[in-house]
Amino acid sequence: MNPETIKSELEANIPGCVLQLVTNASPCAQHSLLMDAEHAIAVATYLRDAAGLRMDFCSNVTGIDWPQREVSEKIKVKKLVDGVETEVDEVKKTVVPGYLEAVYHLYSMELKHGPVILRMRTQDRDAGVHLPSLMHVWRSADLQEREIFDLYGIIFDGHHDLRRLLMWENFVDHPMRRDYVDPDDYEYEPTAHDEVLRRAQQHRAEGGRQ
Amino acid sequence: MGSEETSAGVDVTGPMDEQLKAELSRQGIFTTTLQELYNWGRKNSLWPLNFGLACCAIEMIAATMARYDLARFGAEVFRPSPRQADLMIVAGTVTKKMAPQVIRLYNQMPEPKYVISMGACAISGGPFKQGYNVLKGIDRFIPVDVYIPGCPPRPEALLDAFMSLQKMIDEQHLTGATRPRHLRADRPSEFQLPEFGAHDLEPSSNPAVWQAPLVQIKTGNNESGDD
Repeated sequence: MNPETIKSELEANIPGCVLQLVTNASPCAQHSLLMDAEHAIAVATYLRDAAGLRMDFCSNVTGIDWPQREVSEKIKVKKLVDGVETEVDEVKKTVVPGYLEAVYHLYSMELKHGPVILRMRTQDRDAGVHLPSLMHVWRSADLQEREIFDLYGIIFDGHHDLRRLLMWENFVDHPMRRDYVDPDDYEYEPTAHDEVLRRAQQHRAEGGRQ
Repeated sequence: MGSEETSAGVDVTGPMDEQLKAELSRQGIFTTTLQELYNWGRKNSLWPLNFGLACCAIEMIAATMARYDLARFGAEVFRPSPRQADLMIVAGTVTKKMAPQVIRLYNQMPEPKYVISMGACAISGGPFKQGYNVLKGIDRFIPVDVYIPGCPPRPEALLDAFMSLQKMIDEQHLTGATRPRHLRADRPSEFQLPEFGAHDLEPSSNPAVWQAPLVQIKTGNNESGDD
């Protein structure tokens, strides 16, 4: 299961589809395919039905929160130093806007191969959190997409029953997002340390609820 | 027969002399009090409510099976209805979403009723204490009689908790200031159900049942940790 060949096969068979190979540098080398929301259902259906692939089993769907981050890279810039043009190292900082990601792990029961890993990214973390639902391609994505909606806040368009799964109905916010602040119930922490200690001290200092 | 002791020198209003009781028993005369009979009956027929919340429930089930045989303690009849149960074994992680249902089940149980908080999660939230959806101990909402530490506790620990609870029941007085809750009209048998709030249960604990114990936390600027 070479992701490069799958990528070129998909791009050849689905018009207008452009995939991006997201490489994994760790020893497992499980590279994944990043697809755009527009062609997601076509890609998924092709992966499921194509004769050589037959990805009939969606074993896992999960979410990732990528908050806005600053990437600094060193670049060489030509500058005039004392009238002489020299190359100077400069740190260039770029802000990568945040987004949410849904990851699908696919296997083939029929041909006994896999996994193929698909990724989809939302536009941002606020309003543009819509992605197409793949639950009509793999029924097993149904509850998993509900869980991602609950914990990360990705709205899966086309999902037949997009309700919260783990949290209660009128819960506000999405607890697996990295900027989620949990409620201040640090009144009793017998063995507090690190972050919990900091929160417990803060609770004391502010005279929080008892 | 020790006729001297029975005829004179015995305070009839106080509890019976243990020596006299033992002596009578040796002679084939069984004596008891209503309190003893009542407690003996209750402690040997504790019917637990049939529910489990997480992996501790597996140990609870194991405790009822042939190897550990909870039936020896008169507690083999797990009741699927709270109306028929005396004992609630909170076996496992209580999520905030599940907590009102657990408290409602407790409220529906008839008095006298007891609670065993089984495992680290039911006691304090355990490894999930700082999680977003785990209650930091069921004792924040309902009174707990016996705590069993462990993750999960072995069936022997549950048996030990049963025996502790039986001992506790055996020592209860039916009259006087120390009588148990179910014999006091002024004590509640139902407890407040929390509402689902925006981020947490409202209220997050019942102050009538649970108050945060005082813990010394250094308020200085140390980052290494508590002592």
